[in-house]
Amino acid sequence: MRREAPKSVADYTPLFFPALMLIVFFVVPFSTMIAVSFFKRNPSGFYTPDFVFDNYARFLSVFFGGVLGFSLMLAVLVAVCCVAIAFPFTYLLTRRPRRVQTLWLVGLLSVLSLSEVIIGFAWSTLFSRTAGITNLFVAIGLMDKPVALLPTFGAVLTGMVYQALPYTILVLYPALVRFDPTLLEAARTLGASPIRAFFNVVAPALRNTIVATLIMVFVFALGSYLLPQILGRPQHWTLSVLITDQAIYQSNMPFGAAMAVFLVLISLALVGLTLLVGRRENAL
Amino acid sequence: MSGLDINAITKMFGNFAAVDNVQLNVPHGTFVCLLGPSGCGKTTLLRMIAGLEEPTSGAIVLDGEDITPLPTHKRNLGMVFQSLALFPHLSVGDNIAYALRIRGASKDGQKKRVDELLSLIHLTGFADRPVAKLSGGQRQRVAIARALALSPKLFLLDEPLSALDAKLREAMQVELRQLQQRLGITTIVVTHDQREAMTMADLVVVMGHGKILQAAPPIEIYRKPADAFVADFIGITNLLPAEIDSTGRTTILGTAIPGLAMPAGQTKASVSVRPEDVHLGSPGGLAITGEVSFVRDLGGTIETFVDVGGTSIIAVTTPRERHDVPVGAKVGVTLPPASCVVLGA
Repeated sequence: MRREAPKSVADYTPLFFPALMLIVFFVVPFSTMIAVSFFKRNPSGFYTPDFVFDNYARFLSVFFGGVLGFSLMLAVLVAVCCVAIAFPFTYLLTRRPRRVQTLWLVGLLSVLSLSEVIIGFAWSTLFSRTAGITNLFVAIGLMDKPVALLPTFGAVLTGMVYQALPYTILVLYPALVRFDPTLLEAARTLGASPIRAFFNVVAPALRNTIVATLIMVFVFALGSYLLPQILGRPQHWTLSVLITDQAIYQSNMPFGAAMAVFLVLISLALVGLTLLVGRRENAL
Repeated sequence: MSGLDINAITKMFGNFAAVDNVQLNVPHGTFVCLLGPSGCGKTTLLRMIAGLEEPTSGAIVLDGEDITPLPTHKRNLGMVFQSLALFPHLSVGDNIAYALRIRGASKDGQKKRVDELLSLIHLTGFADRPVAKLSGGQRQRVAIARALALSPKLFLLDEPLSALDAKLREAMQVELRQLQQRLGITTIVVTHDQREAMTMADLVVVMGHGKILQAAPPIEIYRKPADAFVADFIGITNLLPAEIDSTGRTTILGTAIPGLAMPAGQTKASVSVRPEDVHLGSPGGLAITGEVSFVRDLGGTIETFVDVGGTSIIAVTTPRERHDVPVGAKVGVTLPPASCVVLGA
């Protein structure tokens, strides 16, 4: 479909409302945050307007570097786990009858209605010694006595994967449902074993989708700040936890803002990277 | 034994028999068209031959070897899908070379074979183009070349020409038939287009409700259809009720047809008469009297619809040999007994 380029100002009217919303709810708060990140903290009060790099300088320490590294590692791990689980699941789901697919998707959407707090507490109960799943294992004779599975890194990872999985599936679903299964069959008639056909045909045809999904889950997981606190130890806390801690509990808004800006920059850099990779692939 | 043997193949989907005890022998080098309406089991049969569907019972034997337990990728066949299923991320050359790459052929060997196949399908020099940049007919040919890359024993095509427009489809039918003749490869095409089947096939297999209704050369199917379903499916036909009257003559629509014999012991049957065999003349005599209800003048041929007591008989003639009979005129319809095919119940 060819569209004509807008000519007069009137042609741009449909854009006014979204532009306004974007300015009010994104540009203004984000600019405020950038500004605050250069302000000076006032220990007795809140902050005083200034232009200093102290907040960013303080961030450049081994401790925060470690937290940043851990946050990125955790987000990458969550993204990889989610895609590794969601991809085969969604692929098999798209091969089921329409009605079964709808039921699953409705179920997944209902998981999205759960808040991070509810997910966190649900998993903390499930992983607890007194009421957790290990009691079930004891009952069926798999374990001798119930144990607490938290706070551990595994618990944080499980909770975050659980939270991000519905998003992953919903992002992968449209691409996979449109995927022509005869491509796989064609590869098989040409002598490729089913596994080889999958890696030769499905994976390359959906590479852009997979990369885009990985980035989306990664960014999503970077922002998680409740689950690491509920399910993990302090060493499992992410940068988002520290941002909350600084901004809310330490009343150090400028430092929190500086960390948040840093996190946004990293997210943007990754999105840019994806676009760059995507463009290079399309050029082939 | 050379060729493809399909031995009592059945495929059940739940309680529904998609393919019901099908028996077919395809001699080596034959061009077979599986013809039938949608849902008749023809595609399922083809997919079982390809190994993409597992038969519930029965065996598929290729050149004396039972290939039923073999997975698709070990069957050495080429298949063209309805959607063509060209790999979108590969160029024309890489699509064609895919099977060779899987077998670990050398780069030079791959290139040589790809060039060979491209010249076979008249697309020399297209190797580096992306498949998305091809026209419908070109994609069709690339899909054919890809399927033929390993010189397979069996060439299977599932409604291969359905995505093309009418003109191109007719041209591709001829091209496909000539290609098959040149290579002498055993070919099975699934189609619902009887014209396509008549153009290409050595053997037309008409299917309905999972069963083979008739398997014969195209002209025999047309001239001697086994039953009303086949007669109606292949071309246009007049299906008329015939019965033996009290004096023992065979009549159609109340008029005796001398020389038309009914099968022994039967007093009623359906008779198929092709429109081009129906003669129109003046009313009276031995002819069935009717009234012209509609005339479809297609230029090359003229179809005359004659109403005989509520039953419509179609007669097709060329303009040269047709008398001028306007709508509403009374005409005499003559059905030559030799052209009347008495169908089984």
